[in-house]
Amino acid sequence: MPLADSFILIPGRTSKQGVGISEGKFQSGYQEEIHALQMTSHDMQRLGIATGDRVRLISEWGSIEVAVVPSKGDELPVGILFIAYGDLSSRLMGGDTHGSGMPTSKGIDVRLEVMGCPTPKTTG
Amino acid sequence: MSDTEDNGLSLKIVRDATCTFCGCVCDDIDLHVQGHKIVEAKRACVLGTAWFLNHEIEDRPSCLVEGQPAPLADGIERAAQILATARYPLIYGLSDTTCESQRVAVSIGDWIGGLVDTTTSVCHGPSGMAFQNVGEVTATLGEVRNRGDMIIFWGSNPAESHPRHFTKYSLMPKGMFLPNGRKDRTCVVVDVRKTKSAKAADIFIPIKPRKDFEALWTLRALAQDLPLDGDLVERETGVAIAVWQDLMVRMKKARYGVIFFGMGLTMTRGKHANSEALLALTRDMNRYTRFVCKPNRGHGNVTGADNVVSWRTGYPFGVNLARGYPRFNPGEYTASDVLARREADAAMIIASDPMANFSQPAREHLASIPYIAFDPKETPTTRHATVAFNVATYGINVPGTVYRMDDVPIPLRPAFESPLPSDFDVLQGIEKRVRELLGIVPAAAGTG
Repeated sequence: MPLADSFILIPGRTSKQGVGISEGKFQSGYQEEIHALQMTSHDMQRLGIATGDRVRLISEWGSIEVAVVPSKGDELPVGILFIAYGDLSSRLMGGDTHGSGMPTSKGIDVRLEVMGCPTPKTTG
Repeated sequence: MSDTEDNGLSLKIVRDATCTFCGCVCDDIDLHVQGHKIVEAKRACVLGTAWFLNHEIEDRPSCLVEGQPAPLADGIERAAQILATARYPLIYGLSDTTCESQRVAVSIGDWIGGLVDTTTSVCHGPSGMAFQNVGEVTATLGEVRNRGDMIIFWGSNPAESHPRHFTKYSLMPKGMFLPNGRKDRTCVVVDVRKTKSAKAADIFIPIKPRKDFEALWTLRALAQDLPLDGDLVERETGVAIAVWQDLMVRMKKARYGVIFFGMGLTMTRGKHANSEALLALTRDMNRYTRFVCKPNRGHGNVTGADNVVSWRTGYPFGVNLARGYPRFNPGEYTASDVLARREADAAMIIASDPMANFSQPAREHLASIPYIAFDPKETPTTRHATVAFNVATYGINVPGTVYRMDDVPIPLRPAFESPLPSDFDVLQGIEKRVRELLGIVPAAAGTG
């Protein structure tokens, strides 16, 4: 069984993601930004996660696999995760908008499973 | 000085061009244009620079039908057929195009008796609902620049999403009544993360996620000097009551307070109730001093979409025109809902990307119905479209009008002409053909 823990996920805008929209959503800049999950160093250490390790996030409505990067300085509190808005973060939203037209897109309860090291790049 | 200069070396300079990436709609950008490429965008922020420098003419067909290149006329015909024969068609997007195009899109929605919704519904739609319930004490960004001596950002991170917000409008400028600029202003950021914007603030208040409603009602109570249980306040909001009391004292002492709020409120549990609490707090503060609030709008002309849909239908988004008169009901007539509930049987998506940004059930349904997409860039939405129009970019190739986030209309000054059609021209073609197919006007010779 993979190591699992509960977090609150905050998807949000970043300037890199904004730049990536103009460069093209299929370009590497945008794709890398929306695939990076920010986590505090404290939580990374507690769960034995190194930069680039892949984790699975599971919400009530879906699951995604992403690579972990440490959050900058004290930007994130412990127990909170951040990811740039995009295809992946939206997969964790539900279809119900509770009569508002807006799916709950921030403050999503997620379970995190540690998957392990990134796949080594092949050479030659 | 003329708006456009040509120095004779094939370098064209376009003065005071308008950036339409975000809701700041900066209209002081000088563009250096060589042929079909902008090579420099003076005064643009990182987002604006990427916007201007990456919208060159891409070598892609102007129209794809079922993924295959097709003549534009064939695409217009297929699009009109889809819309005219649908029983519950959805028109969605509209926040990244001109008001002129938005107007035509609403007309099509009216002819076909469809739904018209904009990206507002998944942005500040909850705030739009709150405006109807509470009202909005509002101001232009010019007033904020000249008068705002207490600036609060709540659930908003303009340092990343609106990079010139601080320097052009809210924090740094020396204003008519703020001769020392930043030194005359107090900046407070309330957020669940210590964002880049928080680092620019005098006071950062980190609240618990999903507790905006409780925090705002704490401030409403403090404004009226109501007794509160300090332990309960701290337990609920994650912030000591002394911090909220100090903030309220500062707010009451301000000469002109401004609250900019973002999707930290509208996308979190509570949604319109969060926005209502903030609007009500702003209204309350006017018993003590002058206070205004503004949502920090994201897309370049999402505010225009609110205005155009409002002046055409009476409602800002999520409008059902099926009965021949407009009905408004977020949650029932909004795009995310009608797709996730598998109700819409066709769609026209203009300048937005629901195939990347909607919930999985909504995306799966959109992929299963015929739909038309317009975008200057290839996106997951254009890739899956039955008919995809690769159109010229508003503001860079196409003239027109957009609305800044404070409802101020601003003209566009395009940099160069595109060989691609504008979405305005294509939408007009679709509207004409839809009217023919519905028998509203006789079909022109050679069609039908």
